[in-house]
Amino acid sequence: MTDCYIYDHVRTPRGRGKSDGSLHEVTAMELAAQSLRAIRDRNELDTGLVDDVVMGCVDPVGEAGGDIARAAVLSADYDQTVAGVQINRFCASGLDAINFAAMHVMSDQHDMTIGGGVESMSRVGLGAAGGAWPVDPKLAVKAYYTPQGISADLVATKYGFSRDDVDAYAVESQKRADAAWKDGRFKNSVVPVTDVNGLDILDHDEHMRPETDMQSLASLRPAFAKMGAEAGFDAASIQRYPEVEFLNHVHHAGNSSGIVDGAAATLMGNEEAGRRAGLKPRARIRAFANIGTEPSIMLTGPIAVTEKVLERAGMSVDDIDLFEINEAFASIVLLAMDKLGLDHGKVNVNGGAIAMGHPLGATGTILLGTVLDELERRDLSTALVTLCIGAGMGTATVIERVQ
Amino acid sequence: MTYENFGFEVDADGIALVTWDMPGRSMNVLSESSMGELADIIEKVAGDDAIKGAVITSGKSAFCAGADLAMMRAMTEDYTRSVGTIGEKAAVKDLFERVQQSSGLFRRLETCGKPFVAAINGTALGGGLELTLACHHRVAAINPKCQLGLPESKVGLFPGAGGTQRLPRLMGAAQALQLMLPGRGVDPERAAAMGMIHEAVDPGDLLVIAKRWIADGGAAQQPWDGEKFRIPGGANYSPGGMMTWAAANALYRRETYDNYPAQRAIMSCVYEGLMVPIDAGLRIEARYFTQVVRSPEAGNMIRSLFLSKQELDKLARRPAATPPSEVKKLGIIGAGLMGCGIAYVSALAGIDVMLIDVDQAGAEAGRDRTGALLEGAAKKGRLSADAATAALARITPASTYDVLEGCDLVIEAVFENRDIKAKVTGEAEAKISDDAVFGSNTSTLPITGLATASSRPANFIGIHFFSPVEKMQLVEIITGKETSEDTLAKALDYVRAIRKTPIVVNDSRGFFTSRVVATYLAEGHHMLHEGVPAAMIENAGRMAGMPVGPLALNDEVALDLSWKIRQAAKADLGDAYVEDEMDAILDEMVVKRERFGRKNAKGFYDYPKEGPKRLWADIAELSPDQLDPDTLDVRELMDRFLTIQALETARCFEENVLTDVREADVGAIFGFGFAPYSGGPLSYIDWVGAGAFVERCDRYAGLYGERFTPCALLREMAGRNETFYGRFDPHGAVRSAA
Repeated sequence: MTDCYIYDHVRTPRGRGKSDGSLHEVTAMELAAQSLRAIRDRNELDTGLVDDVVMGCVDPVGEAGGDIARAAVLSADYDQTVAGVQINRFCASGLDAINFAAMHVMSDQHDMTIGGGVESMSRVGLGAAGGAWPVDPKLAVKAYYTPQGISADLVATKYGFSRDDVDAYAVESQKRADAAWKDGRFKNSVVPVTDVNGLDILDHDEHMRPETDMQSLASLRPAFAKMGAEAGFDAASIQRYPEVEFLNHVHHAGNSSGIVDGAAATLMGNEEAGRRAGLKPRARIRAFANIGTEPSIMLTGPIAVTEKVLERAGMSVDDIDLFEINEAFASIVLLAMDKLGLDHGKVNVNGGAIAMGHPLGATGTILLGTVLDELERRDLSTALVTLCIGAGMGTATVIERVQ
Repeated sequence: MTYENFGFEVDADGIALVTWDMPGRSMNVLSESSMGELADIIEKVAGDDAIKGAVITSGKSAFCAGADLAMMRAMTEDYTRSVGTIGEKAAVKDLFERVQQSSGLFRRLETCGKPFVAAINGTALGGGLELTLACHHRVAAINPKCQLGLPESKVGLFPGAGGTQRLPRLMGAAQALQLMLPGRGVDPERAAAMGMIHEAVDPGDLLVIAKRWIADGGAAQQPWDGEKFRIPGGANYSPGGMMTWAAANALYRRETYDNYPAQRAIMSCVYEGLMVPIDAGLRIEARYFTQVVRSPEAGNMIRSLFLSKQELDKLARRPAATPPSEVKKLGIIGAGLMGCGIAYVSALAGIDVMLIDVDQAGAEAGRDRTGALLEGAAKKGRLSADAATAALARITPASTYDVLEGCDLVIEAVFENRDIKAKVTGEAEAKISDDAVFGSNTSTLPITGLATASSRPANFIGIHFFSPVEKMQLVEIITGKETSEDTLAKALDYVRAIRKTPIVVNDSRGFFTSRVVATYLAEGHHMLHEGVPAAMIENAGRMAGMPVGPLALNDEVALDLSWKIRQAAKADLGDAYVEDEMDAILDEMVVKRERFGRKNAKGFYDYPKEGPKRLWADIAELSPDQLDPDTLDVRELMDRFLTIQALETARCFEENVLTDVREADVGAIFGFGFAPYSGGPLSYIDWVGAGAFVERCDRYAGLYGERFTPCALLREMAGRNETFYGRFDPHGAVRSAA
């Protein structure tokens, strides 16, 4: 099989995903297009070399609908020969976009591709795309559908993570993100979002709250208790996991991923394509995998898919230097570390979505770029990126630096 | 034009008044004949230029009670027969065509071009309400007792004549589901507020207002046939609609545990139907109806919850030779919780009640407690204030047995203690006439034994009420060895008078209901001992269809009471008593830890003053091991609960404690809430199949204990491939006796 190399990665800063967020004035297409322009401009890339752009987007409707990848390609003034396709694997869309883009190269069908993602949660809105899974009784009932927050609370309840456990994790995420920003660890990849005049609209992740401590988190009320009780979701969870007497609702805005706007893109290709473009490969895609898991507890996919991808790659967790496990909710990372036997010192070392936010379709791309930068900074070799996914799935990708 | 089931008159303004009044019936029902005539009437109105429109009302106090369940049953019987003759696929297709007929009739009504108004003069249920929903305008006479609703799901069916399509188009999915899933009805004023009907009016104005709507030019078009129609509350995939459906799906599961095909089908009919024009929606509804009608749950529920219950209510088991009797004066000894409940239901039935306790203060307190119950019911609108006052006036509190003089029936509801009961029996019999009946409301003590204290054991009978008496529908009548047929007949007449459902069982320790419930409780103990997490035991019980988990139920019954019953059984049975894990757990809980259940706020659960009960934190200490829930199959836990109860019921049948399959099933559902979707424990065995059931019992006996060993009757039935309702057909028995 042909090797697929990563040549570059960029991302936008993450704007608060509300109407007062800095990126609320920027269209989803423009967020994606600015990432593509940055890839082109900083690499002096002849875009005619790019075969296809794969972009993740979880609510691809309205302005984000109708194949936003092609819209971004055209808006970014890429060569018209560059195709674009939008994919949706919920929260892992941005990582799977990289995997899909890599598949084109590894299967020798394309030479150079871009994998990326975009989500303007402030403009399009979480859940705007609809979908049968929570709504159609034929599926929702048999799948014991519950919203993610309830599933995260179920994980905490079933596996015994207390409110203090999840809050302590959240405090650490904020600390790490703050330290990483102060140390300039993101500066290689973060490209400010600018206006038509070239003025910066946003140049930093604005969701962060570095002052967060246990005391400030303790004042937050559980976000999903009322909904769980009144809308029947607790009961549905318990029918699927009858060993649970009642749900311990521990998650709130402070220990769950932030709702933000953002986009990211990763340039990939085979060796020859890189040479043609005059680029040095930074890393190789070593392996990736997807898996389905029980949809009601929903968020345990990172464990199963990590085991799956490592087995396929003939590796063990000890062969991985750094992990990125998406901080959808604190309990998910705690469970994954626990079940996989991971040292927190190797996991999400620069913080994650609890501090900086989770622009659904883009996060997977962002995590891969973040960990690649960190491998280079620490001069380490391998990393594994994984995310939990709606309806019970997991996606993981293993990369390896090349010198 | 004359019709058998309808009056038909056209007034001077050209408005037809269609008065539904079926001969020889107290209630109108949608039968084949009434539907056939309705079809003719629709065409008459549609085709006659002199007729402007029609008002449909009823000549009876109620508008319509719904579909004729006998017709429904015939439909399923025809289907079963056709499967044998023309094959399943063709039979299903025929059934589907037939199901669409009533729906098609109502659709014809609303598209025939002439305006139809439903003038709802009284209760309209099921197919009756569905007819009104197809009318272009609905007015109903204000009457708090009038019920408008779609109760089909209560007997395992669902509104299959357009109800699942029209109701949500009138009031939105959320409200429509809240009515249809539990089969809840509302009175006309509430119905108007919800959008089910257009107007609730003074009864005297009903027809005038109905006709005026036509005279004023009311349009013969339903809102959903108009171009600008929007679903109230938003379409399924509007932001509001999505939230509604996500919650509705979870709430449906919370309320039904997904055990009821009818409710499941209602959900899908509404969801899928609201996304298409009504004609396609009606077709979708008919497809699901065809599926549900064929489900074992629907068949079993119609049989047990409706047909068998109705037969028992009409005293199917009453000895025919005894002339009808009436209890005019009733004595109740013991003004506790049960005594007061019995006083409540009896006084409401117009019976004079002597309520006796050890002292006057106790008796008066009992009377006051009954008064509070009556007041509560009046406040909730279940009975009128006058009826409540009259009922309370019929209750005489007393501390002397002298008041028993002239009583036709005396029921003792004192402590479950043989000596006390014997004393009460003797003292009461001294005051009552020789032909009066003496009933004991014992739940566990064998009647034949108690009757030895009686000077006329032929008149002695068990009348076992369930708590709370005012809510529980069942009464278990227990005949002792000496109990006469006359006594049985009189007891049954009394049960009918207080509008409860009787089952008749022969004497045995725990009779039928208590004996079977005990196996449910015990199975919970066994699982606890095995190391199944307590929450999983409780949830599995509820998921199997029981109203409460076995541990919670044991807390309610009181653990020390369970312990005492076991001590008594040990003393009675001596060496024959087999100790099991339940004895060990009860010893630990009651003797060592003094955890008696809800009564002392410490049992398998803790009962904090504030907030809900929670499982006792140290409950795992009751078992030597803790099993990993991820290795357990909850389906098997659920099956164990139903299997052990069904097996015990089969044993009762084999031992002649039970003699009628209907009583087994109706008694189990209404007595202790045995999984209603199954139709009862014997229907459950028939459903599983005797062969498969015996196989399962044998497997469980090997895995979990000898208590699962099937009885000889079941093995015999398995060998012959028999069913309970086939071998012990209650109607067959009546026929052969006649």
